[in-house]
Amino acid sequence: MEWSKEQMDEKEQLQKVKDTARPTVGILILTTGTVLLMFSLALSISLGAADIDFNTVWGTIFHFNPNSVDHQIIWELRIPRVIGAAIVGSCFAVSGALMQGMTRNPLADSGLLGLNAGAAFMLALCFAFFPGLSYSYVIVFSFLGAALGAGIVYGVGSLSENGLTPIRLVLAGAAVSALLGALSEGIALYFEIGQDLAFWYAGGVSGTTWGQLKVVTPWLCIALLGAIALSRSITILSLGEEVAIGLGERMGRVKLLSAVIILVLAGAAVSVVGAVSFVGLIVPHLARRLVGHDYRWIIPASAMLGALLVVLADLTARIINPPYETPIGALIALLGVPFFLYLARKGGGNV
Amino acid sequence: MDALEVNKISVGYSNDLIIKDLSVSMPKHKITTIVGPNGCGKSTLLKTIVRVLQAKEGAVFLEGKAIHTLDTKEVAKRMAVLPQTAQAPSGLTVFELVSYGRFPHRKRMGRLSKHDYEYIHWALDVTGLNDLRDQPANALSGGQRQRVWIAMALAQGTDILVLDEPTTYLDLAHQLDILLLLQRLNKEEGRTIIMVLHDLNHASRFSDYMIAMRDGAIVTEGIPNEVMTCDYLRRVFQIDAELISCPHSANPVCLSYQLCEHSAGCKVR
Repeated sequence: MEWSKEQMDEKEQLQKVKDTARPTVGILILTTGTVLLMFSLALSISLGAADIDFNTVWGTIFHFNPNSVDHQIIWELRIPRVIGAAIVGSCFAVSGALMQGMTRNPLADSGLLGLNAGAAFMLALCFAFFPGLSYSYVIVFSFLGAALGAGIVYGVGSLSENGLTPIRLVLAGAAVSALLGALSEGIALYFEIGQDLAFWYAGGVSGTTWGQLKVVTPWLCIALLGAIALSRSITILSLGEEVAIGLGERMGRVKLLSAVIILVLAGAAVSVVGAVSFVGLIVPHLARRLVGHDYRWIIPASAMLGALLVVLADLTARIINPPYETPIGALIALLGVPFFLYLARKGGGNV
Repeated sequence: MDALEVNKISVGYSNDLIIKDLSVSMPKHKITTIVGPNGCGKSTLLKTIVRVLQAKEGAVFLEGKAIHTLDTKEVAKRMAVLPQTAQAPSGLTVFELVSYGRFPHRKRMGRLSKHDYEYIHWALDVTGLNDLRDQPANALSGGQRQRVWIAMALAQGTDILVLDEPTTYLDLAHQLDILLLLQRLNKEEGRTIIMVLHDLNHASRFSDYMIAMRDGAIVTEGIPNEVMTCDYLRRVFQIDAELISCPHSANPVCLSYQLCEHSAGCKVR
């Protein structure tokens, strides 16, 4: 360490500037994103099959009048669905970011790796055998379903001789999703619950209720805080397993905790919106472009961008062909599929 | 005392052990190189030492204490590792990557301290990466990239450095460049260096201590003069080598060689 004192000071000052540069970018993006998100939330609440002006929206929130139809629409339908969209977007995006960082798989997404299909399958079972089960239990089934889907995909994937590659996992995910989807449809036909389930396949937040939000929000908050607490370890894991071990990362603990958080996030999101793919794929890549490689920034940025994406997708879904609603799963797939092909063409690349 | 002591380890799957009942020690403040043919278990041995693989039986001792009983972060403060296939995530700059070397020393959410910066700057300086610090690491050439990973391991500030084939995929000049850097770290700062090398001549020229393996067992170990003999090279690599004395280190190096069955026998010039 032969630095003269002056040299050291100079270098340190330079570094301090550089060190603050990225966080500044991060904070800027998070702030801008939050403002944009607020704006699109407001827009999304006021636009829809029944156009309601901004003052009425404002009035609903601060001077709720139960006799006004507009107020009723906003309070009982619009606001829950918009908040639901934001929550679901954050859940999918953060679970995708964690999966991509932990496994160094740029194609990781809860939809592509069978978690969503597993959760939807479990929900179908739930509707068939325990109709009328309270939502706080339904969501637990959804978590278990996500675990089931992930378990089968990893099991099938690791049967292949040359080990798990990103593309192979996605193939296993597609096969398992197709199987679980078919089984869910079979159950739906046999038990005549197709009506209840149809909207879960297509993906939509229109059915979101305050009751659901009350159950989902605490789960989301805990999982998000957990994800942020783990973010530094995820960054280290993203350097590769052997490097992470060399740096003294506690692998078992970090992987287990991340897996639990991923399953909770994906399960919670599916129980609200259905098996929507690609949010968890697109958003983390975008977040990395914006805030760099540090997961301490990627995770909050993903939460914010995911919310923004799904809120905007939901808004588009409502205004594209009124009064009918286009499934948001389909809308997001319009963005997601080309993006997936682009990533797959890069040979998986690296995260 | 030895830096690392491997005590009767068996590694592998239960019915297919790659290493069986192997014991060896690596001396402190020396350069130790493990050599052997493909599939001889040298990487397995190294991976067990750095706790990527777990021994079925036996244990690895770090300065007298069984490594798996120590806190993994504490181990990371004493032993840094450069894996064979390290690949940086895209977009990460050299400085950022090297700064992760400070991970075991940092508190949970803490930022880099002045002390951390000193180590990072020193690591960048020693490896000659100062000018490249803001470049994305995966856009560099193979030799530079290897330097970045070495710099990260150096920033960890450990006495022991473990490297798995640090010169693979590099051209001749860059191979030498990396080895000279490791030699300097050993000579000037007394760091213990343990590595796997494929190139026998490099191993002989730069090592204080050599370990030759075949079929998951140690054939011989000792100073290069003891290991680099016609007899052992035949037993370890099944080659008949012509050995001469290296003009740079005076250790034996292999001038040329034949496969055993074709040759007339071994020559020492």
